[in-house]
Amino acid sequence: MRRIEKAFAKLKRAGRGGLIPFITAGDPNLEVTSELIIELARCGASIIELGVPFSDPMADGPVIQRSSERALRNRVGIEEILQTVSGTREHTDVPIVLFSYFNPLLQFGLERLAREAARVGVDGVLVTDLAPEEAENFQSALSAQKLATIYLVAPTSTDDRLQMIAKRAAGFIYAVSRTGITGMRKESSEAAATLVARMRTVTDLPIAVGFGISNKTQVDEVLGYADAAVVGSAIVAEIEKQAGNDDLVKEVGGFVRSLMV
Amino acid sequence: MNHNEPDAGGHWGPYGGRFVPETLIAPLDELTAAFLALRGDAGFKTEFEGLLRDYSGRPTPLFYAARLTEAAGGARIYLKREDLSHTGSHKINNALGQVLLARRMGKKRIIAETGAGQHGVAVATVCALFGLECVIYMGSEDMRRQAPNVFRMRLLGAEVREVNAGSCTLKDAINEALRDWVSTPAETYYLLGSALGPHPYPLMVREFQTVIGREARAQILAAEGRLPDVLLACIGGGSNSIGLFHPFLEDNVRMIGVEAGGTGDELGNHAARFISAGGGRPGVLQGTLSYVLQDERGQIAATHSISAGLDYPSIGPEHAYLHDTGRVEYVAASDDEALEAFQKLSQLEGIIPALESAHAIAHAMPLARELGPDRCMIVNLSGRGDKDVQTVAELLNQEVSCDE
Repeated sequence: MRRIEKAFAKLKRAGRGGLIPFITAGDPNLEVTSELIIELARCGASIIELGVPFSDPMADGPVIQRSSERALRNRVGIEEILQTVSGTREHTDVPIVLFSYFNPLLQFGLERLAREAARVGVDGVLVTDLAPEEAENFQSALSAQKLATIYLVAPTSTDDRLQMIAKRAAGFIYAVSRTGITGMRKESSEAAATLVARMRTVTDLPIAVGFGISNKTQVDEVLGYADAAVVGSAIVAEIEKQAGNDDLVKEVGGFVRSLMV
Repeated sequence: MNHNEPDAGGHWGPYGGRFVPETLIAPLDELTAAFLALRGDAGFKTEFEGLLRDYSGRPTPLFYAARLTEAAGGARIYLKREDLSHTGSHKINNALGQVLLARRMGKKRIIAETGAGQHGVAVATVCALFGLECVIYMGSEDMRRQAPNVFRMRLLGAEVREVNAGSCTLKDAINEALRDWVSTPAETYYLLGSALGPHPYPLMVREFQTVIGREARAQILAAEGRLPDVLLACIGGGSNSIGLFHPFLEDNVRMIGVEAGGTGDELGNHAARFISAGGGRPGVLQGTLSYVLQDERGQIAATHSISAGLDYPSIGPEHAYLHDTGRVEYVAASDDEALEAFQKLSQLEGIIPALESAHAIAHAMPLARELGPDRCMIVNLSGRGDKDVQTVAELLNQEVSCDE
């Protein structure tokens, strides 16, 4: 969690916004995931979101669904993902946030997850299908290990909910740019700017915006009002496109750089 | 006091609740408020009951199955004839209730998932009745095995969208419907078909299905002068069973839910969430905490059943609670047992049951023998089997060719 705070403090000092790439752990395999984490950090990623694959990703579009399927074919689970994170820590101290559906975490055991995630150097966890109302045990397990529970806010969230989420959130707030599932979209969303402005009135935490951001123009636009932009499906699609290419890591790194310069 | 009211967050004990992306919380709050307001509304009650009577043909009869009873050789078997409802199953009860709610909420676009197609047909029907746009998500495997229902839905003016993900069955159709809803929450009403999913659906679906149990209670009292000894119903998500059971929960009546035992106890070969050897344990799927068939890492398992309507890896959260408290017993009937019961009921009573309902019949016969002639039981005949005739014909032909 310390690393998350530092990352945003650094961005603030530099007077710029950050980029948060998302990749699915184990797609195409864990070895490449490990190399990608190191490469993305080197490219200047402020935080890395590491997706835990799930069989029924109901909030994801087809690109991330396919990437989950590829990772699950490699039998990638929490244990292997934590090992992978552990292996990257001698190369990089980029903050790493697990991005998961609730069931794989619940079955692993919430306290065990918090303990082991903290031990290997994970900084926070975001659970797509866990709203604060159901998150009490989860959040106290994470807090006991000084891990950040990252919450989503959405354009449909009421003011009361934004306030309640602000009270519980740690690390940063993840603002969903629009109603819908993950995936690349051409048009930008006015809803995101409005949502970030509403959220600013109730929190001083940094705010990242994600869902549907896939190119440099959109990243710049988001960074006009938010502290960081999350790019997921566009990067995952690039990984899919480079399947089998020995230069996959370099190519994906190049793509991520192109979103920032 | 009714011990089976969930708390304000929709929990029965540890089960239920809402496990959905933040985007859907506000729409679910709106839905809950609208439902709770409607619950006490006399105008709604009159409208709902009127449609159940005049459009759907309720009350459905409670039929004494004399030849089935004789063949079983024990307790008197009564069939609650939900198969005689308009559209051929109990699903129309919930579809009518929820479409009235959707209209009050001003929603013009209805989406739904379907497994066997019975819920899809019920939703397409009520949308035709009220002139609403209707989109039904259905797994491609289910579209194949329930082709007549696909045609029915299209005939009724619904758009049927094929889902080609995962196992291409009910679970995947629900994922796709949720993706649609999370993208269009303002204009869309998601008409979920079973006592599943995030709060308020399990409570709401139960509420609209308890008409089954209330009628059955009055009918058995009229026929037998007393309450039944046993209630039996098949369980996929659990809506026909909770509809029958709920009005009897405070009574001294034994209740048995029959899950799909498929072809064996091994994970992947069945859809029985409560067989201990079968891989079912508490987990979160599609918005609710309940028993879920899953692997050791929490990935949702493949399921198998001869009947599309029971082929689902989780079960309604109220059933998880009733299982843990021991109030309801849960057993499984295999594909073969259901197939045999399907034929037996057809030949003995002239009633072709849905393959789903045949699971309950399969368990009823040996149980009737065990209980003896002084007892009586009600089996919920949740749907009719016309939709399954093609599947059964294929299976029986296969057996014939195997014998040759």
